[in-house]
Amino acid sequence: MDLSAINPTLLVASLMVASTPILLAAIGELVVEKSGILNLGVEGMMIIGAICGFAAAVVTGSPMVGFLCAAIGGAAVSVIFAVLTQYFLSNQVASGLALTLFGLGLSAMIGQSYVGIKPPTTYKLDLPLISDVPILGPILFSHDFTVYAALVLVLGVWWFLKYTRGGLILRAVGESHDAAHALGYKVVRVRFMAIMFGGACAGLGGAALSLVRVPQWTEGMTAGSGWIALAIVVFASWKPERVLLGAYLFGGVAILQLNLQAAGVSIPVEYLSMSPYLITIVVLVAMSANRAKSALNAPAALGRVFHASR
Amino acid sequence: MSKTLLQIDGLTKSYPGVTANDNVSFKIKSGEIHALLGENGAGKSTLVKMIYGLVRPDKGNMKLDDESFKPLEPRAARASGIAMVFQHFSLFEALSVAENIALGMENPPKSGILSIRITEVSVTYGLPLDPERLVGDLSAGERQRVEIIRCLLQEPKLLIMDEPTSVLTPQEVTTLFTTLKKLKSEGTSILYISHKLEEIRALCETATILRNGKKVATCDPRQKSARELAEMMVGGTLNSAKPKKLKLGKVILEAAGLSLPPQSAFGTSLKNISFRLHKGEILGIGGVAGNGQDELLACLSGEVLTTPNTIRFNSKPVGHMTPNERRALGVLAAPEERLGHAAAPDMDLIENSMLTAMVRKNLSNAGFLNWQRAKAFTQTIIDEFDVRTPGPQSIARSLSGGNLQKYVIGREVLQDPDVLIVNQPTWGVDAAAAAAIRQSLLDLAGKGAAIIVISQDLDELMEISTQFSALNNGKLSVAQPMAKFSLDEIGLLLGGADAST
Repeated sequence: MDLSAINPTLLVASLMVASTPILLAAIGELVVEKSGILNLGVEGMMIIGAICGFAAAVVTGSPMVGFLCAAIGGAAVSVIFAVLTQYFLSNQVASGLALTLFGLGLSAMIGQSYVGIKPPTTYKLDLPLISDVPILGPILFSHDFTVYAALVLVLGVWWFLKYTRGGLILRAVGESHDAAHALGYKVVRVRFMAIMFGGACAGLGGAALSLVRVPQWTEGMTAGSGWIALAIVVFASWKPERVLLGAYLFGGVAILQLNLQAAGVSIPVEYLSMSPYLITIVVLVAMSANRAKSALNAPAALGRVFHASR
Repeated sequence: MSKTLLQIDGLTKSYPGVTANDNVSFKIKSGEIHALLGENGAGKSTLVKMIYGLVRPDKGNMKLDDESFKPLEPRAARASGIAMVFQHFSLFEALSVAENIALGMENPPKSGILSIRITEVSVTYGLPLDPERLVGDLSAGERQRVEIIRCLLQEPKLLIMDEPTSVLTPQEVTTLFTTLKKLKSEGTSILYISHKLEEIRALCETATILRNGKKVATCDPRQKSARELAEMMVGGTLNSAKPKKLKLGKVILEAAGLSLPPQSAFGTSLKNISFRLHKGEILGIGGVAGNGQDELLACLSGEVLTTPNTIRFNSKPVGHMTPNERRALGVLAAPEERLGHAAAPDMDLIENSMLTAMVRKNLSNAGFLNWQRAKAFTQTIIDEFDVRTPGPQSIARSLSGGNLQKYVIGREVLQDPDVLIVNQPTWGVDAAAAAAIRQSLLDLAGKGAAIIVISQDLDELMEISTQFSALNNGKLSVAQPMAKFSLDEIGLLLGGADAST
């Protein structure tokens, strides 16, 4: 075992890259849940985004077109969920699970002819001199643009929820749809848009996985990232800044276990691979131990069906 | 005389199976407090929802300031100068006062300016409120202030108030009335919905009375007695409950040194509660909410277990028994909160009957549920207690508050209890239904059952109880005959003065 083989700078730099897919998906789901909707289809929307982005990037040769298509693809499948839950008032949990299974199946079908292909390289920040500064350079100034985009998105969501009227209305709808309706806000429209935003973010997250992190297409490649994104939202008690913390924490554990494997730690590989998931469970249990406190942050109308009488 | 602000002409609205409003017409003048009176289900709420743009009328039209007024949504109604304070507050608990107010305004100013304006208005109208506090931390009275200030900031021409005093303490009601009278003097019209007749007689100069969706009369409530108003609402003569001369039987339920630590962070502890309840007695327990009423009911019903000897039924210790064991003995309870405590909101009435009456009404055979018998029992409740509902299959949530309360009380009364404990039996229930509920309790006591009525409504307690004691900060005063007390003495007791000394 040789722990000195682990370079802390590279570790931090790579955890930022590794966390980006779940960070994107989680910030989107946060907005959805803030509007009072529980969409368990994150995994499905992510993998649809992953294959849409991958296919579009390969066909056009442009990663940017790929990311755009990933966002559109993710949003498109989320519309299915939105229509089912908002207009047909179907159960959100069941619809979300169905969306995940549907996404996994559909992506495998679309992706059949893309297995083993290498996608075009995504633009990477490379500032002369600055990117070469020791420690800070690799951590801050030499990532691909998705890392920065995800950070900007988190900042934007935080600002939107805290300071804008739109954000206030979104939170109000998630807090009590009946009261929001009584005040004349369009509950269904707000939620529909939130679900689509969540779908687009999950799609982007999927593309960050298939175009940057891995980068290639394999069936079922999200491998539970969508579920981790869902867990992070709860872990973060529905606060954007904590979503960032949570995503980096889980990304960090995933990267660390890879590094530990490489350093030859004498623990079976399987234990290390399961560690991020185990830690997810432990953290969730610890979080919900103080129920009064964690319940305070949860949107009060989360998962409840809204039916307006008119 | 002042001009007409809002003219309502022939408004009609039907829902499948029921006509909520049938050709209703009346006028609201500028600067008047206009009462809208009616029983539960008379169509008051539907009518104001049409004025506020939440519901569209099938027929009829409205004129605001002599111009045609057809609000398609609340936004349009607010823009025309109509504001509404809801019966069930339309507030968001996890948001601050200022955020809640901003949500109810069309073009809210920046948050800093808004906070200043909130403070200004709250000082002007004597409604103190801190804009930064979370609504979830506020009392019912403070929450209502949030709603009122939200309306006032928009300088409305017409303020609609749906049952504003049902959740307020007497002091808060006084404050509210002062505010409303000040508003009226400034020329704002107020449409005041209530079924508390004394309030309406004290506050309003015009009253429109609805019955079964139709307008019955418009009158000056100050010229009528409360009884006349009530009879117009009900459309018949109203019998107020009359206690019979009761002779007290032997002690049937006894509490001795009952103490309970607080059950939650904001709960009240019970301190050394003792009383003796005789057969045929109605013990009224008065007190402002939050002084241990819920805790006392939980202990007596068996939701919270205590040491066996603190509660005794027929000299037998029952403090350790669960609710169903106590029901089997004959100790029944009806908690205050109708939806979620006394009844499961999303289950139908048959299922709700099954939940509490299974033991006493023999609704199961060898562990299998007998739904026919449960349905028959539910139908009996509906018939005998005049519960207005399409049938026993209705979901509990779909019943109006008064009807659900009649069902809840009926369900317990018809199980022939030996002891019945009820908390706030007529909260939010209209006059006719309240009278019926009180009468049923008196009849039950007349048959020899013992009843504990926990209530904040002193008039109710004075009307039906034989014995009275006050619950204050978890302590129960010694029970004494109701006739011995004057209203002042009761007020002192509720404030914590000890009657036994």
